Amino acid sequence: MVLHANRVVAASPAARSEGVEPGLRRRDAQARCPEAAVLPADPARDARVFEPVVAALDALCPRVEVVAPGTVAFATRGPGRWAGGDGALARQAGDLLAAALVGRAPAAGGGATVAVGVADGAFAAWCAAGDAADRAGPVPGAVAPLVVPPGSTPAFLGSRATATLADGAALAGSGSGSGSGGSAAFAGAGAGAGTSGTTGGTAGTGTAAPAAGLAALERTIGVLHRLGLRTLAAVAALPLADVVGRFGPEGVLLHRLASGLDPRPLSARRPAPELAVAIDLDPPVERVDTAAFVAVSLADDLTAALAGQGLAATRIVVTAETEHGERLERAWRDEGTLGPAAIAERVRWQLDGWLSGPPATRPTAGISRLTLTPAEVVAARGRQLGFWGGETRVDERAARALARVQGLLGSEAVLVPEQRGGRSPSDKVALVPAAAVDLTEARPAARAGYVAEPWPGQLPAPSPAVVPADPPVVELRDAAGDRVRVSGRGVLSAPPAEVDPLGGRSRAVTAWAGPWPVDERWWDPRAHRRRARLQVVVDDGTAHLLALEAGRWSIEATYD
Amino acid sequence: MFDDGPVVARPAPDLRSLGTRARPLTLGAERVLPALPVLAPLLPGRGLRRGSTIGVSGPGATSLALALVAGASQAGSWVVTVGVEDLGFVAAGELGVDLERLVVVAAPPPGSWGTVVAALADAFDVVIVRTDHRIRGSDARRLAARARERGGVLCRLPGRGRWPEPADVELTVTAATWAGLAPGPHGAGRLSARRVEVVRSGRREAARPVRAELWLPGPDGAVAPVAVRPAAASPTTPTTPTTPTAPAAGGLHCPQAWVEPSRTA
Repeated sequence: MVLHANRVVAASPAARSEGVEPGLRRRDAQARCPEAAVLPADPARDARVFEPVVAALDALCPRVEVVAPGTVAFATRGPGRWAGGDGALARQAGDLLAAALVGRAPAAGGGATVAVGVADGAFAAWCAAGDAADRAGPVPGAVAPLVVPPGSTPAFLGSRATATLADGAALAGSGSGSGSGGSAAFAGAGAGAGTSGTTGGTAGTGTAAPAAGLAALERTIGVLHRLGLRTLAAVAALPLADVVGRFGPEGVLLHRLASGLDPRPLSARRPAPELAVAIDLDPPVERVDTAAFVAVSLADDLTAALAGQGLAATRIVVTAETEHGERLERAWRDEGTLGPAAIAERVRWQLDGWLSGPPATRPTAGISRLTLTPAEVVAARGRQLGFWGGETRVDERAARALARVQGLLGSEAVLVPEQRGGRSPSDKVALVPAAAVDLTEARPAARAGYVAEPWPGQLPAPSPAVVPADPPVVELRDAAGDRVRVSGRGVLSAPPAEVDPLGGRSRAVTAWAGPWPVDERWWDPRAHRRRARLQVVVDDGTAHLLALEAGRWSIEATYD
Repeated sequence: MFDDGPVVARPAPDLRSLGTRARPLTLGAERVLPALPVLAPLLPGRGLRRGSTIGVSGPGATSLALALVAGASQAGSWVVTVGVEDLGFVAAGELGVDLERLVVVAAPPPGSWGTVVAALADAFDVVIVRTDHRIRGSDARRLAARARERGGVLCRLPGRGRWPEPADVELTVTAATWAGLAPGPHGAGRLSARRVEVVRSGRREAARPVRAELWLPGPDGAVAPVAVRPAAASPTTPTTPTTPTAPAAGGLHCPQAWVEPSRTA
């Protein structure tokens, strides 16, 4: 028998026949069956032993979900038709599992009980498996399966106690379920290494516990019980809308379980195989050429592995590590699905940028490990280049050149403009990293007219062609040589006469217009900006946009 | 029974231009990126000749460069700027550059400048570049060779850096006058239009100087030629853009609006 926290969680058929029950205290269990070996609960060991057993089931049905070591679920709709009905499928599954267990749990004397239940939902199937095991009693090997006919699942569940839902909730928490309307089979098999052997149900409760959600569910079950809803039929008879109103999402889940439905459809996906490829370089590589040469074969491996799965990578993370533990990781995106040559090229660019970069960021040792991880994969369909318009060779070439420059200068050095609303020329268009957008697609955000809002008080066209990021501070003086000021009412203290310095010297103002006050974000003390703008033309014919903010004039932009 | 009436040959200019674009054979003279019609007379080949270098300078050089590449950008070419951090993108859009196909690359450090610009010249039709450091002769030659081979156009903006050799075509803004600001002490009006005089010089076929007067931009926001005769338009009144007349047969064409300095001097 297997104990956890001084309670029996699983017991072999032999022990069960002596009266050892899950949930019993250690002292009582040992009193009833002193010969039984006592083992601590170890989910990892259970999973390790159970894995080959699940693999045996692969011969029968393709999508097997392990709920907990000892309990598996699978959808029966497809395999059932192939095996000749749900009953035949359940029997075959039971036999397969029993045969697999004989080899795996020798200490149990080939003695684990395997029970299979089939019903419309995973929870009901699990109850059916428990019933099948109870009906047969603690005997080793596969017992006769219990198949609930389609449509009669609510009736099958109806008479059960509300507390059964707690187990159902634990199942739901561990992510099982079946396709809506399709039936599911539950196979419970005892699988502790050593002496255990029981139906899957009780083995599941101890281990599968996504803690917080489960506690809430158990509270709700307690409330239902105290409200006098003692059977699942009574719970299922409640109007769903009232259950939502009173109990929220937990209530919905329990109501669905009680009605024989599943909280979620069964996930019909195998875990993604490990697709990353890596190579250890010994001796470490100091030169980019050598690394790129290695990258070619590595990229070949990766594309071959992906092609075997019918996939192609659109985004690849290249990780290089040095002997001293430095690490450079960069993601590369290409809509045209990266081939081996393209991947190798990117590795080369990335290492090029790293090894020939500024000394502060340059690695101090040779590269000892290179890893390629496909971060985004798509089904490999080949690709079609546009004939007129759309995706063209030119776009592809441009995207590749940009990827190269990103490798040399960093991805933040390559930017593309996007329209934003604003009043000043620097606010109207923002630059975003090219790596963050897809250049081969149309980008409406870059088109004029993308921002439809009016932005009153914005600078009218024509716009200045030069907008410095850091506007140079200047002095704007009137004819008397005093600084020009703008009053709170937006009136200049005197006509401006001279801008100093402009292009290294003082310039006389020949014409001017303004001032135009701009009071932005007055509701936010930190982002609040209050400015007055002035257009001036100076004596060399150039026009500038001056801004007065916090008592200082600066050249916000130049109409070059 | 299959008579659906006479087949009418309809003029299909769109189809014809598509046919031109899809034609596999490319003659030397066709290796020209389109330029705005108003700028065509300033350029040898009436467009941006692929593989050439164009330098702009003078007051309004940035706007002139943007207007130069606008035609190519509208026709589908990608434009990249290198080291032009303070470009006004709103102005670029107003002058006709398609911001969907504009990429901005920060100024590379002098050591990798040549590599970066060469990589971009490989793939982009138009590279607008400004440098604040001296360009090595080897870098410049490599870049020119790359542009010739790949058919890109390099547009130089004035910066602190010097180029070892002059561009194939040099466009210099010799005079610029803004219109729209009312004279007097009231600060009325706003900048609305700029009249510039552009002089072309350069090498080979661009060596013959051409002078042009342009609105950059005009009161309606578009780049337009200035009508020289009849009487000079007042800068404040909007002028209707006059398109240059069709090219005369033979010889370098100089439409009315374009006056060669040798004739006026």
